[in-house]
Order: sequence, then C-alpha cells, then structure tokens
Amino acid sequence: MDDLIVLEGVEKVFDVRRRAGFLRRERHRVRAVDGIGFRVPRGEMVGYIGPNGAGKSTTIKMLTGILTPSAGRLRVAGIDPSRDRSRLARRIGVVFGQRTTLWWDLPLRDSYGLVRRMYRVPDARYRANLERCVELLDLGELLDVPVRQLSLGQRMRGDIAAALLHDPEVLYLDEPTIGLDVASKAKVREFLRDVNAERGMTVLLTTHDLTDIEQLCKRVMVIDHGRLVYDGGLDGLHAKGESERTLVVDLEREFPPITGVPGARVVRVEGPRQWLAFAATHSAAPVVAAVAERYPLVDLSVREPDIEQVIARMYAEG
Amino acid sequence: MRLYAAVAVSGFRRHATYRVATAAGVFTNTVFGFILAYTYIALWNERPHLGGYGREQALTFVWTSQALLGAACLIGGGFQEELQERIRSGDIAVDLYRPADLQLWWLASDLGRAFFQLLGRGVVPLAVGALCFELALPGLSLTWAAFLLSVLLGLLVSFGLRYLVGLCAFWLLDGAGVNMAFALLSMFFSGTLLPLNVFPGVFGEVARVLPWSAMLQVPVDVLLERRTGAGLAAALGFQAAWAVALLLAGRALQTAATRKVVVQGG
Ligand SMILES: Nc1ncnc2c1ncn2[C@@H]1O[C@H](COP(=O)(O)OP(=O)(O)O)[C@@H](O)[C@H]1O
Ligand SMILES: [Mg+2]
Repeated sequence: MDDLIVLEGVEKVFDVRRRAGFLRRERHRVRAVDGIGFRVPRGEMVGYIGPNGAGKSTTIKMLTGILTPSAGRLRVAGIDPSRDRSRLARRIGVVFGQRTTLWWDLPLRDSYGLVRRMYRVPDARYRANLERCVELLDLGELLDVPVRQLSLGQRMRGDIAAALLHDPEVLYLDEPTIGLDVASKAKVREFLRDVNAERGMTVLLTTHDLTDIEQLCKRVMVIDHGRLVYDGGLDGLHAKGESERTLVVDLEREFPPITGVPGARVVRVEGPRQWLAFAATHSAAPVVAAVAERYPLVDLSVREPDIEQVIARMYAEG
Repeated sequence: MRLYAAVAVSGFRRHATYRVATAAGVFTNTVFGFILAYTYIALWNERPHLGGYGREQALTFVWTSQALLGAACLIGGGFQEELQERIRSGDIAVDLYRPADLQLWWLASDLGRAFFQLLGRGVVPLAVGALCFELALPGLSLTWAAFLLSVLLGLLVSFGLRYLVGLCAFWLLDGAGVNMAFALLSMFFSGTLLPLNVFPGVFGEVARVLPWSAMLQVPVDVLLERRTGAGLAAALGFQAAWAVALLLAGRALQTAATRKVVVQGG
C-alpha cells in the first residue's frame, strides 16, 4: 500500500484563445489530459510514453504542482502537489529535457551551490551526493565551465545531477534523452538504472524513444490524446501493438528477396541491402542465424519499432 | 536567508565576469558625464542657481547620476528582460516549482548586480568627475553614510518598478513597447536628463513625488546636504515608502501571475 504516486481520474483542460480575424477571438478547449488514473509504488521505475502532444508534460507539471488539475485527485508522497508545491519540492527531483534548471552564466559548481542552499542540503550529504554524481555522470571536467558553454548532452547530465543533490524520493524526467547523441544517452540510462537500483528511488520517465523504456523500465504506460491506452509490461505492449522490429542486412551482392526465414518477411530491397520485419516480441538471434546460414552476410543492424507505429496499430486493433 | 545571500553573491560574480561590458560601461558613463557636464556649465552660466543648485552642485548631480546610471538602471536595462524571456519561453515553470520565492530571488540577484555596477561602473566616473571639475562633495562625514543608505533605498525602488515591468510579460505577448516606454519614463523622471528641481509648477511637484525621483534625485540631494536633520529623515522615509509599496505591488502581481500559470498553464 506504499504507492508514492496516485492519480485518479485526473484531467487538465486548457482554455485557448485564438485570433480569428481582426479583434475577434475564438475560444476553444484543449483536453490535454483526459481522465488518467494510475499508481506507482515506491522504488518502481515507470516509462510514460506517447507521441508529441499526447499530454506527457502536462501530467508531469501536475505532478510537480505547477499546474492544477481541472478534475480528479492527485497525490505524491501523500501531498497534493498544487496545494503544497514548496513542501513537495523538497521531496521530488525534476528534469525537463527541453529546459534547464541550471543558471546559464554560472559554472556548474556554482549552480549546485545554489541548489544546495535552496534545498538546505546538509554539508556532508551534499558532498557525498555531488561526488557520486560527478563520478557516475562524468562531470569532473565540467564543474568549472559556465552552463552556456556545455553541449546538450553535458548540460543534461549536469541537470540530472542538480535534480538529485537533495535526495528526492521521486524523480520525474521529462524527455531526458531528447536530442542527445548515442554515447550521452547510454550514460544517462546507465546512471538512471543505478539510482533506481541502489537508492530505491521512484522514477517516472517520459519519453517518445522506446529504447529508453526497453533498457530501463519493466512497466510502461502509454498515453495518447490525454488518455492512458496501455499500462503493463513491455512485452504486452509489443504484443498488443503487434509491433515489429526490423533486421537490416547487407549481403555480399544483390539477391532476390530473402525467403525461408521463419517469422520474418522481407519488406524492402535496395541493391545488396534488405529489410526483414519480425515480431518485436521475438528474439533477433534466430532470424539472424537463419539468414547467415544461407546468404553471404556482410553487415547487419536491428531497428526497434517506433512508438508512433505501435500506438497506431494499437488503435487499428481497437 | 543564506540562500538569497548566495544568490546576491552569484549575481555580483556573474556581472564581474563581463569585463569588456564593464569597461565599455565605465567609458560610456565618463564620456556621457563630460558631455552633460559641459551642457550644464553652459546652462548654469545662463541661469545661475537654476533649481536652487549652484554650478558645483549641478556638476555633482551630473557625475553622481553617471555613477548610479548602471546600478539603478536609470535609463533602462536590467534583469526584467531576462525575466520576460523566461516567462515567454515557459522556463518560468522551472522557477515556480522550486522552494524559493521568485521576487526575493530576483531581488537578491539584482542587488548583487547593482553592487557590482556601483563599484565597477560607478566609482571611476565619479572620481574622474571630481578630478576634472569642481564638485560639491562633502568631506569625510556621516553624509556619505546617509547617501549610501539613500542609494540602497533607491536600488530597492528601481527593482520594485522593474519587477512590475518584468511581470507584465505574463499578460502581454510583446514586452518591447512597455520596456521602451519604461526606459524613457525612467530617464526623464529619475532626473538623469535634468535635475527634477529645475521643473516649475505642478509638473515639477508631481515629478518629485513619483517613485523614479527616489532613484537619483533624492540620493543626490542627500549627498549635496540639501536634506539634513528632519528633512533627511523625510527623504529616506519617502524612498522607503515607495520601496515598500512597490515591493508589495510586485508581490500581489506575482500572486496573480502564479495563479494564472498554475491554472492556465502560462
Ligand atoms: N499552457 C497550455 N495552454 C494550452 N494548451 C496547452 C498548454 N500546454 C500544453 N497544451 C496542449 O496540451 C496538449 C498536450 O501537451 P503536452 O503535455 O506538452 O504533450 P507532450 O509532452 O506529450 O508532448 C497539446 O495539444 C498541447 O498543445
Ligand atoms: Mg512534452
């Protein structure tokens, strides 16, 4: 019964006023979040995914208290976020991928100093936490660099550290890997896995990159048009969305479309390169083996299904 | 409180890193000072004792205004454009979920900046003015302490006004017009162009009780020892009253703005 995050029938409706000709304004309502309910037990790492405009950021903002829900009930660590924003702030950490919580003109170290004062982190804790973040996120050489001179990936790592200095119980990450290069993504994911496993921190991770979820979360919630369309394991999501991964193979020379690989079919051929689709719930290994057995294989790569496709299919299914 | 002290220190340090901008500021203030000084000399030769100032007092006014120009943002500039940008881009959401007060935060940061600019951009022009012209500066006396207190109150008034301007961005899509109008009002009603006591009649009376006069006119009159004893107390009281009123107005506007963000999302 230790649910750290509880949402029941939560809605957020925005009143948007649009110019419709000279002096005339049109009002219309956007249901950004349309009746969402879920619970996250302490220590769980949950993925919250959906296409752009689905309502992910709006949900996160309500969970931090900077937006009040239009309807429904919301509790984080027993606190009603919009009523008690500052009390909650001491217990949560937030990372917005597209915004920084750091100060543009200050070196990282000074930004952290301000965070420390703001959250009144005791000296010893602060030093220990900073040291750990610096080590795991590889920030050592960046501490004295002004934030505006950091690359996106460096800044994001800096932001994640800033969110953790006050030992939050819950960490919200809104698109933490958006725009990052592969190496930075990998580092961020590894770090998140660590804090979740070692500190038992509850993590709610928003993304539209399925790979983030695959590598980090056992449970995934899918939101689309403000509604929760799926809440469960990743396997179930692929099964429900009938999503497919794609194996891309480069053969020695041109061949007619590959045949005789169980569970896979060729979807595209371009010279010596061929694309084979197979169910995302299946392992790629037997498909690779079957191709390699009968064709001269030069190179290969596996592409993960993208979330838009999975959701589109989920809808097609009804 | 230690948080806001740290914020002020970082505001100071941040501006201390803009070395070229500081040097350019010192240069501009000094050049401006010379131009205004010769203009005033011409004017006071024609009309001695204009506004009750002798020539030396008028020149003291010129060089003090150049010393305070950056710190009190007498002709515009300051944090409000940054605040407006954060409001427009939505970054203000980050500021709102933090366990810190938005107004105190910006106040601390702006005071840090102002202290730096007082030292970095203020001292040199005043010293140059004192070397090149005959000024009516007091000797080593309590007048300087009263002057510094008056300057501090002026900085609070300056912040109070600019915070209101900054928060306008919650309701206005484009703050450029407001900023420009505000810069003009500041330049004129602070007395940066001409001391407010040269203006006759009702216009002068009104100009002297507007908040801008607390930013320059009052501190200079304190420095010139035109306000002493009960008059000094009244002058400081006038500044303090405006500071409190503006800070309270800022707080009210901030509450309204926060409610708007939290309910309407920006
Ligand atoms: N402050 C706002 N005012 C009006 N509409 C908004 C506001 N914030 C978000 N929306 C709308 O709500 C929907 C959900 O947005 P958002 O939560 O940002 O989606 P996501 O983070 O999943 O991309 C979008 O249609 C968006 O345009
Ligand atoms: Mg978003």
